[in-house]
Amino acid sequence: MSSVLEKVKFDPEGFLVDPMTWTREIGEAIAKREGMQLNARHWVVINFAREYFTQNGESPTPRNITKNTDVTTKELYELFPGGPAKLAAKLAGLHKPTGCI
Amino acid sequence: MVKAPLKTKAAVKQTAKAAIKKVAASLPAKAPRKLSIIASKGSLDMAYPPLILANAARMSGIETHVFFTFWGLDMINKKKMNKLNVSVVGNPSMHPWFHIPTLLGAIPGMSAAATWMMRREIAKLDFPPVGEFIELLLDAGAHLYGCKMSMDMMKLTTADLVDGAEVLGAMEFMDLSEGGQIIFV
Repeated sequence: MSSVLEKVKFDPEGFLVDPMTWTREIGEAIAKREGMQLNARHWVVINFAREYFTQNGESPTPRNITKNTDVTTKELYELFPGGPAKLAAKLAGLHKPTGCI
Repeated sequence: MVKAPLKTKAAVKQTAKAAIKKVAASLPAKAPRKLSIIASKGSLDMAYPPLILANAARMSGIETHVFFTFWGLDMINKKKMNKLNVSVVGNPSMHPWFHIPTLLGAIPGMSAAATWMMRREIAKLDFPPVGEFIELLLDAGAHLYGCKMSMDMMKLTTADLVDGAEVLGAMEFMDLSEGGQIIFV
């Protein structure tokens, strides 16, 4: 199966090694690999994560996301079951967030 | 007796890798992680560790249960959750601000001053006040429980607890913690 994912490198946990190689297509493909179907609300979070990364050079934490978008904590956990911090960063091609909240 | 020839570094690495693979394959499928935290302190400085750990666990997708017992109950007590104080008497670790000797700590206003300073530092780090933090944990899907025995002792009922918190006995807490990790704060 040839996929956009073959052209980029991932670390053992499935995070993109170089965030700059990320594209929307890669985001969609990572989601598929994680067994997720992305909707417009996921993209609100992913787009914010990319924007936050451009400005701060790191991945946003859930609190950064809920404070700066209209996505609430409850919705964030529904959108990314199994850990919003890591999953949102993974889909946005970023590294694991290091913040504690 | 003939000595076996020395293995090259690469060969040793290969053997180790194969061994790890074998062990990993023999383990049962990874069960989802579960964490139980017992929060037993009600001072402002000791309220944050269990809250931060519980939130970090939820952020990583770990099933999380927090059992509030004794003074820890204040954290989910609607009337007290936003009025927790720092105790300076008998607290040897008042840095990063300054050390307050126990005798001076007894001076009226000392505790209030330390509390005010700590609230300010917490806000600087963008950690929410205790009440808001509890809401955050509930929204994040953490399970919060008030210890039944402590509540009876302090004459509290479910109505005194924040909405979303449940009342639980110690034995029930043991049952639901089975198979998970437990942290006592």
